[in-house]
Amino acid sequence: MNLNATIIGQIIAFFAFAWFCQALVWPPIVNALSDRQKKIADGLEAASRAGKDLELAQERATDMLREAKTHAAGIIDQANKRANQIVDEAKDKAREEGVRIKAGAQAEIEQQVSQAREHLRHQVAVLVVAGAEKILQSTVDAKAHGELLNKLAASL
Amino acid sequence: MAETAEANVNEIAAAAHGEHAAAGAEKYASGSEYIGHHLNFLTYGKRADGQLGLAHTVEEANAMGFWSIHVDTMGISALLGLIFLGVFLLVSRKATSGVPGGLQNAVEFVVEMVQNSIKNTFHGKCDFLGPVALTVFCWILLMNLMDLVPVDMIPGAVQIAAGNPHLFFKAVPTTDVNITIGFSLSVFILILYYSIKNKGIGGFVGELTLQPFGKWAIPLNIVMELPAFLAKPVSLALRLFGNLFAGEVIFLVIGLMGYWQLPLALPWAIFHILVIPLQAYLFMMLTIVYINQAHQHH
Repeated sequence: MNLNATIIGQIIAFFAFAWFCQALVWPPIVNALSDRQKKIADGLEAASRAGKDLELAQERATDMLREAKTHAAGIIDQANKRANQIVDEAKDKAREEGVRIKAGAQAEIEQQVSQAREHLRHQVAVLVVAGAEKILQSTVDAKAHGELLNKLAASL
Repeated sequence: MAETAEANVNEIAAAAHGEHAAAGAEKYASGSEYIGHHLNFLTYGKRADGQLGLAHTVEEANAMGFWSIHVDTMGISALLGLIFLGVFLLVSRKATSGVPGGLQNAVEFVVEMVQNSIKNTFHGKCDFLGPVALTVFCWILLMNLMDLVPVDMIPGAVQIAAGNPHLFFKAVPTTDVNITIGFSLSVFILILYYSIKNKGIGGFVGELTLQPFGKWAIPLNIVMELPAFLAKPVSLALRLFGNLFAGEVIFLVIGLMGYWQLPLALPWAIFHILVIPLQAYLFMMLTIVYINQAHQHH
């Protein structure tokens, strides 16, 4: 267990190694460590920020969805109203058309009735003349009695 | 103190060894010789014949005095230091703040551990403390880890390589008190440097002489403060040395037991895994604490 110059050798080696460590080894490793620490801190911050952003976006999306739903409901209401209106209008038009068609038909019927009546009147006049001729056994001059016959026909 | 310990160890080893030659220690006459041989260093210095060279016997090594060097522990210490710096340098060249690879991850784990220890304990400003603490921790950890290499493996390999079956070779640097004293004196030098740098010579001397009892009790103050101050490097060195030396001796005793060493070496190695990083961490923490004290004004 001799104490000898190994002590001195060890002291020299120690300071040489420690100096070498300080000059070349320590700074790059420590810098890399603190850089990474910063990177991780930044990353975590960004992540939490992104989380908040996501929350906001979700809120906004919900709002927009609700708005869109309200809007859509409004549009459907309006469309329903418009449809009802169109149906009502169509009904009105159809009724009017019906009334018009009915009036036209009525007019035609009346016209035909009057035509038939006119026709009948003439025939009645002819029949009357024919009847009268049979009774009188002579011809009745249509010209001479035309005025009378016409009066008769008009009174029918 | 260490010599008594060695003597005790020899007795234990002799008892464990008994009459039979152990399988792992066949070339030694007795267990105590086996252990004694493993506790000697490969010493380089000035031999009795005046020439520089390796000591062949314990007596020759002892005769070399202070100006000799333990080639084995010093060499392995330097080698481990270079391995530590090589690995860390490799990582620091390619250090990225992106996703780290496996090796960078491991290195960063150690660096962060050192950084946190400093952050929690050190309240001054000192750019050199980080590298010092990292060097202390990693280097001592690697040295302590040599304790887990089976006790005869490295010495045996060196003996075969050198062609000398009786070569002394000690593979665990922290079981050499010179290496641990080298560490603690390095820390002591740093303590002195930072104390004087931060407090001035007056402030530093004042801290040792003017408290706790004021200027009228300077001798008493010196008697109280100086031993406490000088005890720092001594306790640092001996704590590390004592723990690792004891562990090493137990491994040697287990190594004597022939085939019985297999079930015994494993649990002791597992237990020793706790001691190895603990002592490295402790040395680093105390270094930080002491250098912190050198930065504090009272």
